[in-house]
Amino acid sequence: MSSINTDSGYNIKKTIILIILSIYVLIILTPMLLVLISSLKSNSEFFSSPLSFPKKLQFKNYLTAWQTGLSQYFINSIIVTSISVFLTVFIAASASYGLTRFDFKGKNIIFYLILAGLLLSPQVALLPLFKLLNNLNIYNTYWALIFPYIGFNLPFLVFLMRAYFMSFPKEIEESAYLDGCNTFTVFFKIVLPISKPIIATSIIVSSRLIWNEFLFGLVFIDDKGLMTIPVGLTNFQSALQTDYSSLMAGIVIAAIPMVIIFLLLQRHFVRGLTAGGVKG
Amino acid sequence: MKHKKFTPWLFLLPAIIFIGVFVYTPIIQNFYYSFFRMNSYSQKSIFLGLENYIDIFTDDVFYTAIVNNVWYAVISLIFQVGLGLVVAIIVESKFLGKKSKVFFRTIYFLPSVIAISAVGLAFYFVYNPSLGLLNSIIEIFVDGNYEFAWLGNPKTAIFAVIAMSQWQWTGYVAMLLIVAIQRIPHELYESAEIDGASFFQRAIHITIPLIREMILVTSVITVIGSFKLFAEVFVTTRGGPYGTSHVLGTYMYETAFFHDKMGYAAAIAVIIFVITFILSILQIRLGSRSD
Repeated sequence: MSSINTDSGYNIKKTIILIILSIYVLIILTPMLLVLISSLKSNSEFFSSPLSFPKKLQFKNYLTAWQTGLSQYFINSIIVTSISVFLTVFIAASASYGLTRFDFKGKNIIFYLILAGLLLSPQVALLPLFKLLNNLNIYNTYWALIFPYIGFNLPFLVFLMRAYFMSFPKEIEESAYLDGCNTFTVFFKIVLPISKPIIATSIIVSSRLIWNEFLFGLVFIDDKGLMTIPVGLTNFQSALQTDYSSLMAGIVIAAIPMVIIFLLLQRHFVRGLTAGGVKG
Repeated sequence: MKHKKFTPWLFLLPAIIFIGVFVYTPIIQNFYYSFFRMNSYSQKSIFLGLENYIDIFTDDVFYTAIVNNVWYAVISLIFQVGLGLVVAIIVESKFLGKKSKVFFRTIYFLPSVIAISAVGLAFYFVYNPSLGLLNSIIEIFVDGNYEFAWLGNPKTAIFAVIAMSQWQWTGYVAMLLIVAIQRIPHELYESAEIDGASFFQRAIHITIPLIREMILVTSVITVIGSFKLFAEVFVTTRGGPYGTSHVLGTYMYETAFFHDKMGYAAAIAVIIFVITFILSILQIRLGSRSD
C-alpha cells in the first residue's frame, strides 16, 4: 500500500528517533560505566589514566571496600529495611482492611488523617523527632530509623492497599464467615493471601525508599557501627582516604541491590508509580 | 455480619499510633520550637515570639538557599517535565517495537533506583577538576588542560548539583508520562492517521491534551521535590563554597547541628512545610481530577 517515498520517510524518522534515544542512553550509562570501570582499576591507574580501561581487573577493591566497614553498613541497611518494610506493609494492610471492611463512626476522618500524612515532608519533622528519639532512649539504635520510616511510609501504602482492597469482592470473605471464621482469621487466611500482588508492589516501593533514605539515617544514627549504607558511603570517603578505586567499588555495592530488584521486578515499580508518584 | 464495636479500631490502631507519634506530633512540635531559642542537647529554651522569623527574613544565606531551591525547581521543570515529555512521546511512538520500548524505558528509569548519596559521590568524581569525566570531555574540544572546579566555584556549584539531579530523575518523570500515554485508546491515533496527521500533529493534538493532567501532576511533584532537596547538596558540596550552594534543607541541618540553633532551624523547617504543603494540596486536587 505504502509507496517507496513514504517508506524512506518513515525510515529517516525512525533513524533520527533512534539516534536521539541512543544519545540519551549514552548520557545515562556513561557515568555508571565509569564508576564500574574505575572500581576495577588499581588506585595508581585511577590517578594516571582516569578514563582508560584497567590493565588488569582489580577485584580486590571490592574486598577492601567490603572490609573497610561497608559490610557492616550493608548488614545495617538490610536489618533496618527488612524490619521497617515488613512492619509497614503489615500495619498498612491491617489499616486498609479496617478501612474497607467495616462501617463505623469516624472512618472517613481517620482515612483522611492517614492520607494527609502524604503531604508532610520528613524534613519538617526532623528536629522534634531527634529530640523525641533521644527522650525515648532509642536515638542511635536501629529503632531510631525503623519507627520514623514506618510512620512516613504508611500513608502511601494505605493509599495503595485501600484501593486494592475495595476492588475485590466480599463474597469470599462472607462465605468464610458463614463457615465460622472470625475477622482475624479472615484477615490472615483470606485477605492477605488474595492481596499478594499489591503486597509485592508495596514491599518494592517502600524498600526502594527506605534502602536509599539519607536524612534520617544521617541524623538519627551517630555510631558508625549502626549506619546504613547511603550514609556509610559518605563516611567511607574519609576512611579510605585516597583509595578512590575502592570508594568506587563501594558505590557499586551500595547501588547494586536496588538495580537488580528493579531489573527483575520492573512491573511492580511501574505499578507503584501509577498509583501516584512520590519522589525521593 | 456483626462485629464488636472496637474490632475495626484494633486493625487501625497500629497505623494511628505510628503516624500520630512519628509524623503528626513532631510536625506540630516543630511549629512550637520555631518560637524559641533552644539547643540540640539541652532542655533549656527561651521564648522568642516571632524573632526567629524576623531573623530569617534578613538572613542572606536563607535567601541564597531559597533562590537555589527555585533554580532547582525551574530547571527541573524544563528538563524532567519538558524533556521527559519529549522522551515519553518518542519512546511510545509507533517507530519503536515492543522490545526496544522496554529497553529504553528500563535504561532511562535506572538512575532513579540508585541511592542519592551513591549518585552524588559518583558525580563528585565526574566533576573532579583534574580527573573528572566532564573536564576530560571538554578537553577534547579545547587545547591543553581544562581544570574547571565545577563544584568548587560559587557560580557553578549549585548548577552542577542540579544537572546531576536531571540525570537522575528525567527518566523517572518520563516513565510517569509513559504510563499515562499508554492509557490513551489506540483508535484515536488510528483515525488521526487516516486523516493524515503527522507525528508532531498527533503529539500536539492527541497525546499532550489527553495527558494534560498527568503533566500537571508531574510538574507539581517535581516542584515539591525541589523544596525537599537535601542529600544531593549535602553529599556533593555541603552547601559550599561559602554557603553559595545551600538549599533550605541543608541550611536547616547546618543551623541545627553545626550552629546549634534548633529554634532557628525549626523556623526554616516551617517555611519548608508551608511551601511543600500548599504544593501538595495542589497536587492532590490535580490528581483527583485526572482519575
